[in-house]
Amino acid sequence: MDKTVGIPRALFYYYLFPLWDVFFRELGYKVILSPATDKRIVNLGIEKAVDEVCYPVKIYYGHVASLLKKADCLFLPRLVSIQERSYICPKFMGLPDMIRANFPEHPEIIDHTFDGSRKGQSLSKDLEHLGRKLGHPPETVRRACAESIAALREYETKLKGGQNPMTVLDGARFGFGERKLKVALLGHGYNIYDPYASMNIIAKLARLGVEAITAESVDPAARDQAAEVLPKRMFWTLGHRILGSALYLEQRDDIAGIIHMASFGCGPDSLVAELLERLLKRRRRKPLLCLTIDEHTGEAGLDTRLEAFIDMIARRKIS
Amino acid sequence: MKITFPHMGNLSLTAETLLKGIGLEVIVPPACSKKTLSLGVQHSPEFACLPLKINLGNYLEAYELGADTALMVGGIGPCRIGYYGAIQQEILRDLGIQMELIVLEPPDAHPRELWDKIRRLKKVSWKRVLEAIYLAWHKTRVMDLLEEKALILRAREANKGSIDQLLGEARLQLERTAKIAQIKWLGQDYLSQIESIKLDEERQTVKILLVGEIYTVLEPFVNLNLEKQLNSLGVEVLRPLFLSSWINEHLLGGILNIEGTKKARELAKPFLNSFVGGHGRETVGCSVQYAKRGIDGIIQIAPLTCMPEIVAHSVLPKVTEKYDVPTLTLYVDEQTGEAGLLTRLEAFADLVRYRQRRLKKNENHVFGY
Ligand code: SF4
Ligand code: SF4
Repeated sequence: MDKTVGIPRALFYYYLFPLWDVFFRELGYKVILSPATDKRIVNLGIEKAVDEVCYPVKIYYGHVASLLKKADCLFLPRLVSIQERSYICPKFMGLPDMIRANFPEHPEIIDHTFDGSRKGQSLSKDLEHLGRKLGHPPETVRRACAESIAALREYETKLKGGQNPMTVLDGARFGFGERKLKVALLGHGYNIYDPYASMNIIAKLARLGVEAITAESVDPAARDQAAEVLPKRMFWTLGHRILGSALYLEQRDDIAGIIHMASFGCGPDSLVAELLERLLKRRRRKPLLCLTIDEHTGEAGLDTRLEAFIDMIARRKIS
Repeated sequence: MKITFPHMGNLSLTAETLLKGIGLEVIVPPACSKKTLSLGVQHSPEFACLPLKINLGNYLEAYELGADTALMVGGIGPCRIGYYGAIQQEILRDLGIQMELIVLEPPDAHPRELWDKIRRLKKVSWKRVLEAIYLAWHKTRVMDLLEEKALILRAREANKGSIDQLLGEARLQLERTAKIAQIKWLGQDYLSQIESIKLDEERQTVKILLVGEIYTVLEPFVNLNLEKQLNSLGVEVLRPLFLSSWINEHLLGGILNIEGTKKARELAKPFLNSFVGGHGRETVGCSVQYAKRGIDGIIQIAPLTCMPEIVAHSVLPKVTEKYDVPTLTLYVDEQTGEAGLLTRLEAFADLVRYRQRRLKKNENHVFGY
């Protein structure tokens, strides 16, 4: 029987799953994905994590917990960086160790480091290294790398074309009649694309007749160019995406407003949101709604704020 | 140009000496106070980590005294400190305050960046710069050595306040002198004075290691005088993190032979096998290092939401388990109150003392057969 590898449906799942999935399958593993986030998973995470850890990491813990007895090994990469001179978050750098410390009963953990921050280092090089470390012949590894990188590119192309990760990865549907408005919905993928964590904000917006435009659909070159006005190069990959997309989309006439969704207590976003607010305020073109979510967020409160914001921008648009 | 800098423990001694040494007009911000905090909090992002807020408070207070430039350290990721300067500059700009922040950090795109910044400060000869560094370094080192001693002996001082008085005097004398020989002499003199202070020989003490995020470890205003509080509870405080060791390791490339954190980083590996920004890895490594040497407890302190320390906190239970040392993690923010903190410290000191007694009893038991 094939060896099974467990992959948590959390954090960078929303950005890199097609890569991991194809890679491990090509190497002959059976990939086991944890189920969609739900209350049970969140509670499993809360139970194991220290209080101060942010919500997405607690959710990650919960997904790991749900995989413990289901797979022969777990793939919990140390994602230091996926971009030159950039990082994701210090917490990502310690994640496999945090899991080890809190799940003494864990099966084998594949915690390979992916660090593209240094020049000349890349995702595919680290991937190749991992394949060899797992003991596969160079030929197989090379093919697995090529196939998985191709799968990732294809996924990214779909997102650039306006498809939503929830649709592409999980087959979600958002058919809610006519769209009257477009707003930019910006935030870390593991927040906005996890229907449980985000309280399904994309579907909520759709029900209000609003199409959510996310950073993944913005052309990276346009994003980068718009981000050039930042006072200092933004070294957090996701923060850069958020700010670049906001600054680009705020110039587009069809975008009626911008929503930023962050985790409560998120380190990088505490500063990214501040900068976003100040820059947008100075330009006075697009209204901004900042939402923070965690395990204590009440859905009713979120709905109220969202509806009020949409009402406001709809009125603005007419007048 | 009138230049200022943020406070962090005895950093003002170092920074003032250095900047005056290269001929700049220096404005030392008023010591951190409630006013600093409320000014900083009022204008900072709500969820930023505490040092950003208080540093901003320092700049605003120094601005009131005429400062037009502030010098700070930064970074280029992965942690927030690397973006402090950019955010603070935007805040000042929106407040209509004309103040330039000069951020010392590793060059991002071009190796000349740092050099250009230093040149912007003042055109002086290298010799003068080196002399200023040398002087500032010696003062910092002396102050740290005195403090290190105080952290142990204050736990048993017979007349409360006598060591603090000596530390205060030493600091004043160090501020006033500009001669290396005199700095060295002052260091020896005060060290022997501190060592010969009258002690309460009866008092039973315990040893606690203090680790965590550098700003909260070093700045008594934000840690609410944690060390003194512990000392007065009969706790000897061991602290691996000193300004001078940080300077040696990060700015002087570790050329001086004083204990750094290289060993600790190695020892952290089984528990935390990666750099995680800030001092997260050192927190874990030092805990292992000192636990092996024999200590009674560990206290970790950090600003609320501090990413590297949250990682460290998450793996510390493993260290506790392996070396059988209790740990206490404290997060501080603008709302932390002294009373609450003191209660937690007292409870922890009691626990540590109780465990120590029990361990001793067990030992006697074994050897008593
Ligand atoms: S970036 Fe923010 S939300 Fe993501 S892991 Fe780090 S602190 Fe948590
Ligand atoms: S180490 Fe902690 S306090 Fe320092 S910048 Fe990072 S999060 Fe903030």
